[in-house]
Amino acid sequence: MSQLLQQIVNGLSLGSIYALIALGYTMVYGILKLINFAHSEVFMVGAYAGYFAATWLGIESMEAAGQAFPLYLAVGVLLVAMASSAALGMAIERLAYRPVRNAPRLTPLITAIGVSLLLQNLGLLVFGPNPRRYPPVLKEVTYELGGVVLTNVKVTIFVVTLLLMVGLQLLVHRTWTGKAMRAVSVNLDAAKLMGIDTNRTIAATFGIGSALAAAGGILFGLDQITINPLMGVLTGLKAFVAAVLGGIGNVPGAMLGGLLIGLSEQLVAGYVSPDYRDAITFLVLIAILIFRPEGLLGVVRQEKV
Amino acid sequence: MRWLVRGAVAAAVLAGLLGLARVIEGGLMEYAQRVLLLAGINVILAVGLNLINGTTGQFSIGHAGFMAVGAYTCAWVGQHLAPGVAGAVGAGAIADAISLNAALVSGAVTAALAGVIVGVPSLRLKGDYLAIVTLGFGEIIRIVFNNWKALGGATGYSGEDPAGLPAWTTLFWVYAWVVVIITVVRNVTFSQTGRSLIAIREDEVAAEAMATPTTRLKVVAFVLSAAAAGVAGGLFAHLQAGIRPEDFRLEKSIDMIVMIIVGGLGSITGAVVGGVFMAVALELMRDLEEYRLVLYALLLILIMILRPEGLFGSRELSFGWLRRKARGGEPAS
Amino acid sequence: MNVLELGRVEKTFGGLRAVGGVTLSVADKAIFGLIGPNGAGKTTLFNVITGVYRPDGGTVRFLGQDISGWAPARVAAAGIARTFQNIRVFRSMTVEENVMVAGHRIHRANLLDAVLRNGRWERDEQEFRRRATELLEIMNLRGVAREPAGSLPYGSQRRLEIARALMLSPRLLLLDEPAAGMNSQEAAELERQIRFLRDELGLTVVLVEHNMSVVMSVCERIHVVDHGETVCEGPPAEVKVHPRVLAAYLGEEVPEPAAEATP
Repeated sequence: MSQLLQQIVNGLSLGSIYALIALGYTMVYGILKLINFAHSEVFMVGAYAGYFAATWLGIESMEAAGQAFPLYLAVGVLLVAMASSAALGMAIERLAYRPVRNAPRLTPLITAIGVSLLLQNLGLLVFGPNPRRYPPVLKEVTYELGGVVLTNVKVTIFVVTLLLMVGLQLLVHRTWTGKAMRAVSVNLDAAKLMGIDTNRTIAATFGIGSALAAAGGILFGLDQITINPLMGVLTGLKAFVAAVLGGIGNVPGAMLGGLLIGLSEQLVAGYVSPDYRDAITFLVLIAILIFRPEGLLGVVRQEKV
Repeated sequence: MRWLVRGAVAAAVLAGLLGLARVIEGGLMEYAQRVLLLAGINVILAVGLNLINGTTGQFSIGHAGFMAVGAYTCAWVGQHLAPGVAGAVGAGAIADAISLNAALVSGAVTAALAGVIVGVPSLRLKGDYLAIVTLGFGEIIRIVFNNWKALGGATGYSGEDPAGLPAWTTLFWVYAWVVVIITVVRNVTFSQTGRSLIAIREDEVAAEAMATPTTRLKVVAFVLSAAAAGVAGGLFAHLQAGIRPEDFRLEKSIDMIVMIIVGGLGSITGAVVGGVFMAVALELMRDLEEYRLVLYALLLILIMILRPEGLFGSRELSFGWLRRKARGGEPAS
Repeated sequence: MNVLELGRVEKTFGGLRAVGGVTLSVADKAIFGLIGPNGAGKTTLFNVITGVYRPDGGTVRFLGQDISGWAPARVAAAGIARTFQNIRVFRSMTVEENVMVAGHRIHRANLLDAVLRNGRWERDEQEFRRRATELLEIMNLRGVAREPAGSLPYGSQRRLEIARALMLSPRLLLLDEPAAGMNSQEAAELERQIRFLRDELGLTVVLVEHNMSVVMSVCERIHVVDHGETVCEGPPAEVKVHPRVLAAYLGEEVPEPAAEATP
């Protein structure tokens, strides 16, 4: 029983991270019908940006001195990472995706794969292939509740994700930018005719999604202790599965999908076989796309003949 | 009469290949030979993949999985067949040829079976959903091999011999299979099946209204291309001393896509050029070491932005086309 | 015997009733018009007949057989061919290849024959080409047989769609706005071709068309729909002066539902 609870706790915190990354996939797909493969590398770069920011702020010496990293600096690290990833995401959109925006659908898809490969290999080149230990931006405190190990890191992951989700919902539904984003996702051309600056709206979508991925990157670093330039490959793919599961283009769906994927992965690892942990994610993906391609919270659309 | 002519042509091609292979093997650096071998394997992969991704317009990004199925089957069958064959006809080049080709055929068959299993449920989907599902299947296949203890798991399979898998993959056999695969794909493409595949790509609704069995034909194209990937995998396995699951990652599928896009989606000629280009380009960039993959990715992005239709578009290089070109007549398309 | 019979066919899209209980019969070798204002449900009816949409209610009978809910390819193979309102030719293929694609009914060679390029395959290809040439001749497209279909003007693409549909050797031909985008000379030529298909090839033709001069001159019976429901049916002379038809087309209010013109 306590083992099951433990798996659920771990699954929920991992799932929160998937959910944060999934938002970027879902928002971009909602607007451009593009699977932004490079998003997983934006996530990776966010984690590294956080790493370098924390290092620059002297986290190592503080750690050596036994001091905890102050909370305001931790928030600062988060913001720096989010800003760097947002800039990267918008740059990718401007330089690589905008030129192929009106090309046949597969052209942007391949371009996105290309950008993803480029950033992976640049990451290997610049950051080096070896994993790095993530600095303890948050000093870990462990609690034990009836055999279940809970850490402040896991709680923070869940809370930060929840806050960002609420913030995103407010942004999408209460601000002018959010309204423009929704309009563009329904019909880009019509939105343009209504005087919406679609280029700016698309850039904003990339910026916001990328910032959320960066937050996911830092939380991932805290949770998994190490980061490496290829960390985005599998994590990003799973986050994408989460987006599809929830119903691609659907923001609450991404949250639901992320949590479900996190949970199922932990449960399979715990009760079936850790070797097939990743296979289950792909099986879920395939089953969803084949039997319910609109996802759990999506709506069906019919092709006009 | 026709079969006589064809037999003669086939014999001439084989003899030519054999002669050429001898000359090249005798006179060329091992390094250049390896590029030629890889180029041939790439061509098989690209021509096969192009049938489904280019001609039929149903995008798969999981063909590395079928290559893996072919490679593992071929390696395993080869291991278990070779002693018997050698016992029957005596060890030597003939025994190797028999073992290799029997193993390749078995690799093609299992890859085709895997193609049926993946293709039947997946091909109901279109566009990027189909692409993602094939990606998922490709990864699942790799994970299965990664955990298949009898086939070496994550460390890979290299047979019983400590020296690894036998080096059966010679220039002659690679290019003999290149000829076979290109001929089959060409004949399929320029037939009622091929026309129907193109019709599916151009407008599936209209194709259905013309009584085209779209689902069945998509599966046929998918299975043929999986079989070609299986053959390529088998040749690849006997070029290496061993194969590992990580040889068949998503990156391998992407390499195949790059090949067919560089040459021009939907063109057999383009697929051939793309396959050769890939082998040569990666070889030329070898000295750049870690910058190589950065450049490669950059190149891919630039191609998509600047010339997404590839070098050939969907044109074919044929004798008729050359003649028209020479006359300065209308372009074939 | 009736070639096509629709019995109370219904089709709804997410609460919007596109077709609400249409009943009609098309006699053998008839040229039958289906008219109505934009959004009246004419194309939806075609899509239900050809299996693109599954009807939510009612039956579709072809030569007496219930074909409701069949897949499009099966309907086509059974003998119903169609053209599309928004032209759907295979743009990158040549005009001739477009027609050959629809040759499944005369297709004898299998995949292995094609790979081996044996005699059966060769006879097949020759037969395809011969038949395609014949049909292109009928539709006045023989001169452009080797051109890419996408490069033809709209009027020719519409005629190409007819030639392609004929390659199925159908009993029933559904034409969705065949005269759209044609000038009066082309339209007159089209009328002649449609009559030829019926008189010489023995086809039954149903057409949806907005060009009233074409409809009135070529059709023997006309069925009028509006808001997914039947307004009236009858020969052109009667339909032309039917008050509800005039209302539907001219947007006038009609106080009383006038007497139906159905015999």
